[in-house]
Amino acid sequence: MTEKDLALQNELLEKYPYVSVRPGSADHASFDVPADKVVEFALALRDKEGFSSINDVTGCDWGVDASPRFSAIWHVYSHECHQYVRINVYAADNEKPAVPSLCSVWAGCNWHEREAYDLVGITFTNHPDMRRILMWDEYPYHPLRKDFPLAGIEVPHPDPDTVAQTGVRVLPAPMNGGPFVSCRGNTMRETEPRALDQEWSEGNRKPSAE
Amino acid sequence: MSKTIDFEYSEAAAREEDLVPCEKMHLTMGPSHPATHGVLRLQLEVDGEIVTKCTPVVGYLHRGDDKLAENMTYNQFVPFTDRLDYLAPICNNVAYALTVEKLAGLEVPARCAALRVLTCELSRISSHLLGLGVYAMDTGALTVFLTTYTERERIYTLFEELTGQRLTNSYTRIGGVTRDVPEGWLEKVEKACDCILKGVDEMEGLLSRNKIFLDRTKDIAVITKEMALQYGLTGVNLRCAGIGSDIRKDRPYSGYEQYDFDVPVGTVGDCYDRYLLKTEEIRQSVRIVRQVCKTLPDGPIFAEDAKKICLPPKQRVLTGMEELIQNFMLTTHGPQIPAGEAYFEAENPKGALGFFIHSKGEGHPYRLHVRGPSFVSLSTLPVIVPGNFVTDIPAILGSLDFVQGECDR
Amino acid sequence: MSAANTEVAYNSKIEGGVVVTKLDAAIDWIRSHSVWPMPMGLACCAIEFMSASCSRFDISRFGMEVTRFSPRQADCMIVAGTVTYKMSQAVRRIYDQMAEPKWVIAMGACASSGGMYRSYSTLQGVDRILPVDVYISGCPTRPEALFDGLMALQKMIAKEPGLKLLKRDRPVKPLYFG
Repeated sequence: MTEKDLALQNELLEKYPYVSVRPGSADHASFDVPADKVVEFALALRDKEGFSSINDVTGCDWGVDASPRFSAIWHVYSHECHQYVRINVYAADNEKPAVPSLCSVWAGCNWHEREAYDLVGITFTNHPDMRRILMWDEYPYHPLRKDFPLAGIEVPHPDPDTVAQTGVRVLPAPMNGGPFVSCRGNTMRETEPRALDQEWSEGNRKPSAE
Repeated sequence: MSKTIDFEYSEAAAREEDLVPCEKMHLTMGPSHPATHGVLRLQLEVDGEIVTKCTPVVGYLHRGDDKLAENMTYNQFVPFTDRLDYLAPICNNVAYALTVEKLAGLEVPARCAALRVLTCELSRISSHLLGLGVYAMDTGALTVFLTTYTERERIYTLFEELTGQRLTNSYTRIGGVTRDVPEGWLEKVEKACDCILKGVDEMEGLLSRNKIFLDRTKDIAVITKEMALQYGLTGVNLRCAGIGSDIRKDRPYSGYEQYDFDVPVGTVGDCYDRYLLKTEEIRQSVRIVRQVCKTLPDGPIFAEDAKKICLPPKQRVLTGMEELIQNFMLTTHGPQIPAGEAYFEAENPKGALGFFIHSKGEGHPYRLHVRGPSFVSLSTLPVIVPGNFVTDIPAILGSLDFVQGECDR
Repeated sequence: MSAANTEVAYNSKIEGGVVVTKLDAAIDWIRSHSVWPMPMGLACCAIEFMSASCSRFDISRFGMEVTRFSPRQADCMIVAGTVTYKMSQAVRRIYDQMAEPKWVIAMGACASSGGMYRSYSTLQGVDRILPVDVYISGCPTRPEALFDGLMALQKMIAKEPGLKLLKRDRPVKPLYFG
């Protein structure tokens, strides 16, 4: 983190006592904001501090056992001081995570928040159009959750016509052959690189989904 | 979308007198349509020839890049970044490498940084050439496409010689680039620059004062300052609205501050402005390329000191025990990046391509998120399309210059 | 010799103007050199298809250059790019709209097998929904490889029993996965 970013972080921290510094940021001023204060903080950033542009919104799953499990992360940018601020809001509920939407502050949040809802499953309250955006509407899972395998889970195909003609199914992708990742562990056997979900291939069908 | 959006009829549409409101018709454009440049689908509500509502549907090319990144080492993900904005792959490689390096607190050698700038700018030229070519083709000028593509092929040839691939180059690694320039390559770049400038002149001659092109692009889909900021637009789409913001100038990365170049800024914000800006950006990129060719410093092309991140040279792996172990550990466990999180945006041809990475100190990212500028550009369509003719849509889409691979990821 | 027979006998006036061949061969020759491709441009490979049709590589040299973006006017669908499950419905519907005879080329690794995208959203090869005639490798396919694929398709068409297929409906091609 540069001195300029650090100064900004301290300045904002002083002005808005309800925010706290988010640890682990390698670059920008970064804050944990309570869910009920985020709209107020965002409005202040936009109107008083000059952070006029919303650049990125994403959600994150911090692990199946973590609590709070989900958080939404906004990155806002100022065209005046050319700095970013990261806003992180933890969702209180681990089962049905919900955080306030910032669509009323920056209209550009609309699609980004829909994406976070689609892939991570965080609901943004007061969002004008909370629908899936990348996966099809009936898709039952949220792929970026940590308990969802990369290969996917068998679900009905979105189009019955195509299924009737071809018998195509939404199957988990075959994972043998990579990508390989080495995992944390003590013995060589545990750390050896392997595809994370390797139990099935084209020849050896996965016995059942989930 | 249930919300109705207020709009004014565009000047061209308002000229049609006796606007009798007739029955609204629903029209679906895409996902396979030659003017949507990929798999974008627009659900339009049209009143005669005039669009009254536009709902884009994206996700037809969602390939799961975010999830894939969590399941592979940092270097394994480089080829996937190629396929985000597949018109300018090296720009994506560089943006990704810079994000991870920022997380690791790693400085790359000067030659590596300069090579990145050089290849980035060549990519930008090639992307804009294609973007302008298809933009012109969509507005009815096929010849321009052939002209610009001929120039683009020159850059393909250069990249093939440098990286071994025409399109998906995967040129960077974390902490360096894959290959040094071949002998005589820089002279070829200089020669190609001359040809490209001639090609751009030819293209401008065909388009800039072309009555048909002007009619189809002037005052169409104006992006205002407020709107650009509200939606977080970046790149040409932001600058056409009159905001002179360029990350290469404002937050210089990879040594951009050493080079002398101008950032063109628009005044009107219409489709024609975006065309002019891209044309000028090609010239500015050529300027940067020439400066890099002249001042390319000597030295290593990757950070040799970062033993936990960069692979050692092959020659030393075959002869030294320490390097062999280093090579083995890096290949199996991936580059060891410290825990933390970083968000970095690079000025790509389409806008700011951002990567958000959260690392827990392993060989693979815990969470990686790609911020695609095309995704943001397309999210403005419900606001800028209504009020225009259906026939204006190809011009609008062409001028926004989006890539579906980056939008859907 | 009757007058009728002189017509088919040797006639010096038309020497060199007559070619004798099998009707099958003639039909196949015509068919294989008048294929109109439709680029189903989905991702990166579509850009290489553009390269192939531009001046450097010039697809017109191979008799398969009349690119049509409407499925109704095309004979050969070139699936260029990653097919996702969400897109598969559109790809199949467009294939259904094409008139017989029709062929499919899977251009590039993604269309052939899912390629490097082994993930929850990607269809692992377009041959699950379309009967593919030619697979072309590459990520993305180089224009030269595309031409090789097009010529392979031409050779395939040249071996068809053209006359038989003219007289009756073509059998529906089976899918390789189902």
